[in-house]
Amino acid sequence: MTVPARDQMSIVIVGHVDYGKSTVVGRLFADTGSLPEGKLEAVRKECARTGKPFEYAFLLDALSDEQDQGITIDTARSFFKTAKRDYIIIDAPGHIEFLKNMISGAARAEAAVLVIDAKEGIRENSRRHGYLLSMLGVRKIVVAVNKMDLVNRDKAHFRKIESDFRSFLKSIGSPDPEQFIPISAITGENLSNPSDQMLWYRGPTLLSALDQFEKAPAKGDRPLRFPVQAIYKFAAEGDDRRIVAGRIESGRVKVGDRVVFSPSNKSSVIKNIEAFNAPTRHTIEAGWSTGFTLTEEIYITRGELMTHETAPPLVSTRFRANMIWLGKKPFEKNKDYKLKIHTQAVSVRLIEINKLVDATSSGEQGTRPFVGRHDVADVTVETRQPIAFDDISQGEATARFVVVDGYDIAGGGIIIAAEKDNQENFREEARLRDFHWIKGGVTAAERGRRFGHPAALVMFVGKTGVGKHRLARAVEKTLFESGRAAYMLDGTNVLLGVDSDMIWAQSTQQELVRRFAEVAHLLLDAGLLVVSTTNAIGLADVASVQALIPDFPVLTVEIRGEGGISSADMHLTGQETELDSAQKVTDLLTSRQILQ
Amino acid sequence: MDNLDQLEQQSVYIFREAFRHFERLCMLWSIGKDSTVLLWLARKAFFGHVPFPLVHIDTSYKLPEMITYRDKLALEYKLTMIVGQNADAIKAGRTFPATQHLPDGHPDKVSRLECCGLLKKDALANTLNGVWPRQKLNLKTGRYELDPDRAPYHGVIVGARADEEGSRSKERYFSPRDKNSAWDIGEQPPEFWNQFKTDFAPGTHVRIHPLLDWTELHIWEYIKRENIPTVSLYYDQGSGTRYRSLGCGPCQAPIQSQAKNVDQIIDELKSGKLKNIAERSGRLQDGKHGLEELRREGYM
Ligand SMILES: Nc1nc2c(ncn2[C@@H]2O[C@H](COP(=O)(O)OP(=O)(O)O)[C@@H](O)[C@H]2O)c(=O)[nH]1
Repeated sequence: MTVPARDQMSIVIVGHVDYGKSTVVGRLFADTGSLPEGKLEAVRKECARTGKPFEYAFLLDALSDEQDQGITIDTARSFFKTAKRDYIIIDAPGHIEFLKNMISGAARAEAAVLVIDAKEGIRENSRRHGYLLSMLGVRKIVVAVNKMDLVNRDKAHFRKIESDFRSFLKSIGSPDPEQFIPISAITGENLSNPSDQMLWYRGPTLLSALDQFEKAPAKGDRPLRFPVQAIYKFAAEGDDRRIVAGRIESGRVKVGDRVVFSPSNKSSVIKNIEAFNAPTRHTIEAGWSTGFTLTEEIYITRGELMTHETAPPLVSTRFRANMIWLGKKPFEKNKDYKLKIHTQAVSVRLIEINKLVDATSSGEQGTRPFVGRHDVADVTVETRQPIAFDDISQGEATARFVVVDGYDIAGGGIIIAAEKDNQENFREEARLRDFHWIKGGVTAAERGRRFGHPAALVMFVGKTGVGKHRLARAVEKTLFESGRAAYMLDGTNVLLGVDSDMIWAQSTQQELVRRFAEVAHLLLDAGLLVVSTTNAIGLADVASVQALIPDFPVLTVEIRGEGGISSADMHLTGQETELDSAQKVTDLLTSRQILQ
Repeated sequence: MDNLDQLEQQSVYIFREAFRHFERLCMLWSIGKDSTVLLWLARKAFFGHVPFPLVHIDTSYKLPEMITYRDKLALEYKLTMIVGQNADAIKAGRTFPATQHLPDGHPDKVSRLECCGLLKKDALANTLNGVWPRQKLNLKTGRYELDPDRAPYHGVIVGARADEEGSRSKERYFSPRDKNSAWDIGEQPPEFWNQFKTDFAPGTHVRIHPLLDWTELHIWEYIKRENIPTVSLYYDQGSGTRYRSLGCGPCQAPIQSQAKNVDQIIDELKSGKLKNIAERSGRLQDGKHGLEELRREGYM
């Protein structure tokens, strides 16, 4: 009964300013009869009235300030139709200042038309655009060599541009464009109608090249990737569903599937696929913004990646990426930024600039200590907490990130590869352990309800003799007396028993940390608030402890007399009273929503 | 997955991002077809719930059917319904309808565009920032009461579509507005893939556009598919005319059309009968650059 909605494809038109993008678009609009009645005449009249020669480009200039500046400022989304489908056309501007607008357009385009001026030849911006289209994931590209009328419609001239640009794109690893088409936007040659003055060209017109693009195949057959967008429990009108909401970026999942969450390594089973005003379904695949209820309630948060156990994502704090920087201030080392990747947001730092790619020549350029505005770079970054992701060969949404500086998105890129950090082996151990963990009959959620809080580890760290043990004891006691299930884990006790076979040496530090963390992990699995104190394990080891305990919150309290900045979650001088310290730790747990 | 599904899924994603990032979030509801589809999509996103208030700017010149429909739906869906108004201008008669009889050039005369500025743009800005009082629907009594909550909203969901008219095609999904609700078109932040502008400086707010990629035809096809209730003004009731877009009575002209139901509207849109007439052509206030300027100053 319902007529199927028409096929739609979003395309972006990129190219240096004045190469004729707006003319191409205006012309395509007019030729496909996609303009409102009277629009063409109105623009012609307006031109006649003001004494300006008519331009097809004027059709798009809906904004006054754009007309004032004489350049297309933003990604104007417009629609035009062919017999095959509807096109949402994003008229991307070419001025370098407006690169961020080109990116916004191209980042959501399925196909691109890259316009080159036949007379000007290949310029810096053409190369940069080629690079960016590749980075942004636009795989279907037609190159329109415009203004052929200005170069006598010369075949050799066209072929030279084609072969030069193809070899440039090849050198940067960009996909080879489907088609190079010689056009003249102003006379309408090879746009919707073949040119009768360039008979040497036998390829398709621009319009038929676009129509020949096939929609990207659905990503249903790839491994499941479901970034957790939110956990909803609305509770209104007796609705007690706890729904894990998000969009399936690839793969499919069905009711009854066992799923795992990274980086926490938690697992559960899909109970129901939830939806409003839609028929019940038992399986759902890539593209759907959906939600699930799980058979076992587990504590997970936004930013975790739900997958099947057989194809988990990468988890690390370090990765190598290709990125573009657009911020007014440069991207620098030793400064905290915010990284957003799928639904995760974490603090991030620039560690290394592996190379700066210069678009002015086709090659690469030397190094600089920062990534400046409009630079394209190959970088290594490090996040404060481990995150789950894919490299670009394995995923799209899970390999694409942006960097926020202050309030604004200042850069973006794609992950090329995970890099080793020091916790890699521990993370692997934890994943194997957690995926195969035999669960008891009491769930973590049930323990949480009984005890009135989830489990968490509070680690007291600091030099010998600063009073860690005294304060940790006080905290344990205070928590216990206020009805919480708390337990103090003193590192000495682990040394005396679990570690009694070990001989103290520098090389054994890793093993000490491992054993300590595994003991803590058991206590955490029992649902306790574990307050630990140890001399053997310091702030430098916390990342390793966290790698072995990805499924529970780990908070650090550093006791240190002297001032300065502490990288711990909380800093005490050791001069505080026991009562005061206990209160501060309670406040910390409350602020992290562990205690109510 | 067809095209409507894809549009729906992206809109739902945007809704959830907005709800996640903006503690002070609201949605503008003009009662028209777009914002009604928007409301439906919110229920899709939140599994039947609408977890934020709806804000309606009442110019006092809306067609009565619209207000009746608004309150009926609000009570039925249990919505948090907030209404804002430029009560001073209305009381003082500083409106286009009240000064219509005055000759052009008279100092008290309020043009259509100035009227939009006062009753819509100013009322909206001052309702969002909480400077002017807000009325809230009491779901038990069905009456409006003064809302004690005067805190500003930082995220505002709006049903604008890119195909409606020139200036709207320049929007982003998440589009920042400065302290004066103004929109700096040239300095918009980039939108990479599905990473949106969700960090904002104090005093500013962000407009969120889940319907940006929808067309008028998509809206009607979706209304049909989902069986969404719409106000009767969109359909010909026997006079041979209907409204294509809803605004204030005095500035609104119906179009010649005998479409009596959703199917007929879809046929009409597809047949191309309306293809060459801009959707808002019945809106008498849309002058050349006027609307564009109003929008930049904060008009939705
Ligand atoms: N000779 C010639 N001029 C063209 C052609 N296409 C566009 N132009 C001119 O190039 C200028 C820039 O075109 P426009 O479409 O505004 O470029 P944009 O900045 O890329 O959008 C205008 O003056 C156009 O008339 C063409 O095929 N041949």
